[in-house]
Amino acid sequence: MSDIVLKIRDREGMLHEVDAPTDMNMNLMEVVRSYELAPEGTVGICGGMAMCASCQFYINSDHSLPEKSDEEEAMLSEAFFVNDNSRLGCQIPITEDLNGLTVELAPEGA
Amino acid sequence: MIKTDILIIGAGPTGLFAVFEAGLLQLKCHLIDALPQPGGQCAEIYPKKPIYDIPGFPEILAGELVDNLMEQIKPFQPGFTLGERAETIEKLEDGSFVVTTNKGTKHNAPIVAIAGGLGSFEPRKPILDNLSKFEDNGVAYMIKEPEIYRNKKVLIAGGGDSALDWSIFLANIASEVTLVHRRNEFRGALDSVEKVQELKNQGKINLITPAEVVGLHGDDKLEKVTVKKTDTSQEMDVEVDNFIPLFGLSPKLGPIAEWGLEIEKNAIKVDNSLDYQTNIPGIYAIGDVNTYPGKLKLILCGFHEATLMCQSAYQRIFPNKKYVMKYTTVGGVLGFDGSKKEAPKAVVKTIK
Repeated sequence: MSDIVLKIRDREGMLHEVDAPTDMNMNLMEVVRSYELAPEGTVGICGGMAMCASCQFYINSDHSLPEKSDEEEAMLSEAFFVNDNSRLGCQIPITEDLNGLTVELAPEGA
Repeated sequence: MIKTDILIIGAGPTGLFAVFEAGLLQLKCHLIDALPQPGGQCAEIYPKKPIYDIPGFPEILAGELVDNLMEQIKPFQPGFTLGERAETIEKLEDGSFVVTTNKGTKHNAPIVAIAGGLGSFEPRKPILDNLSKFEDNGVAYMIKEPEIYRNKKVLIAGGGDSALDWSIFLANIASEVTLVHRRNEFRGALDSVEKVQELKNQGKINLITPAEVVGLHGDDKLEKVTVKKTDTSQEMDVEVDNFIPLFGLSPKLGPIAEWGLEIEKNAIKVDNSLDYQTNIPGIYAIGDVNTYPGKLKLILCGFHEATLMCQSAYQRIFPNKKYVMKYTTVGGVLGFDGSKKEAPKAVVKTIK
């Protein structure tokens, strides 16, 4: 297993190209936290249970992603700033298929 | 004025366990929590989810953990101020603190332990320009007295259990109930969803989906809202007296952030080499609310922090008393309620 590259735009508009491991059981929210692309306490607040929307991302590339679970669907239906391409980062595991994935963090308070 | 030895802010697992450790030192505790029940996130957000890293429990539901902690601390008769948020703190001349809640309840203690987790849970507010202008003038985020909606035109927004349940309840009180949700699907208990369907069919609930509220209008108080259908982008005005957005709760550090404590990464800095005390002597921070090099937000770490905090608190309260830690297996547990738990004594008897 190897690392993949993710292109992540932070809340200030800065684009970061980061390496993400595919063999550490990590998800997109955790990658953002590990690189501290958003201040601690502003992303992944619920710890990855799809119970807050602090890790909402807009997916800007056409990678195929896992289907939304009922929990994610429900959370997104209550969140703010939601677009058609919104996903919760904590529900997207890092796999080799996601190499080159381009995403943008939704505003704080979503 | 409520008086105690250790005033604990936050009744999550860390705060609850602190009561036990304090009790072993014969210190009394009182807890304040913004939620109406003890347990913090474990009780409010994920009571039915399992936790696998509580030492000694291969698997335990978050709600069960809270029940167990409540049972464990029962002999130490903790006091609770629930449904109120700690708002202000002041230091008295004798060195003790007075903490006042948003409802004006005052608490006095020589030691304050902030076990606030992610902060207090507050309603999530929709992003609307003039929202704050109408707060308490037609806009409310929770329903305290349903009677005030009698014969009023009420618009509820949201798609979860509370939006469904309150729509059902108010259908018999308000003159008009409109329910607006961003999707056609609602997520709640099956009978709530069915009941709303039935009330909609009877014309008792006016359902607008998929749609969201995009504007609020009125001079002094709310008079109408603009609702936008998200599929057709068509906008319509609905005359209302009340708008109740029910979008769940989100945690905020809140007023504690203004207490003069050193804050870093949305958490309170503490001395982890010693006793989890903050930059203000006598105020400690334990559990998810604190930060220090290498901090992990785990319940088991909160338990450890609570234990060391209590030892330090004891020495602050009784600087001249000598004390050595005693194992519960040796010393037993003496409750303030007169109860006593202890290891059964071995018998010494000759076998003939």
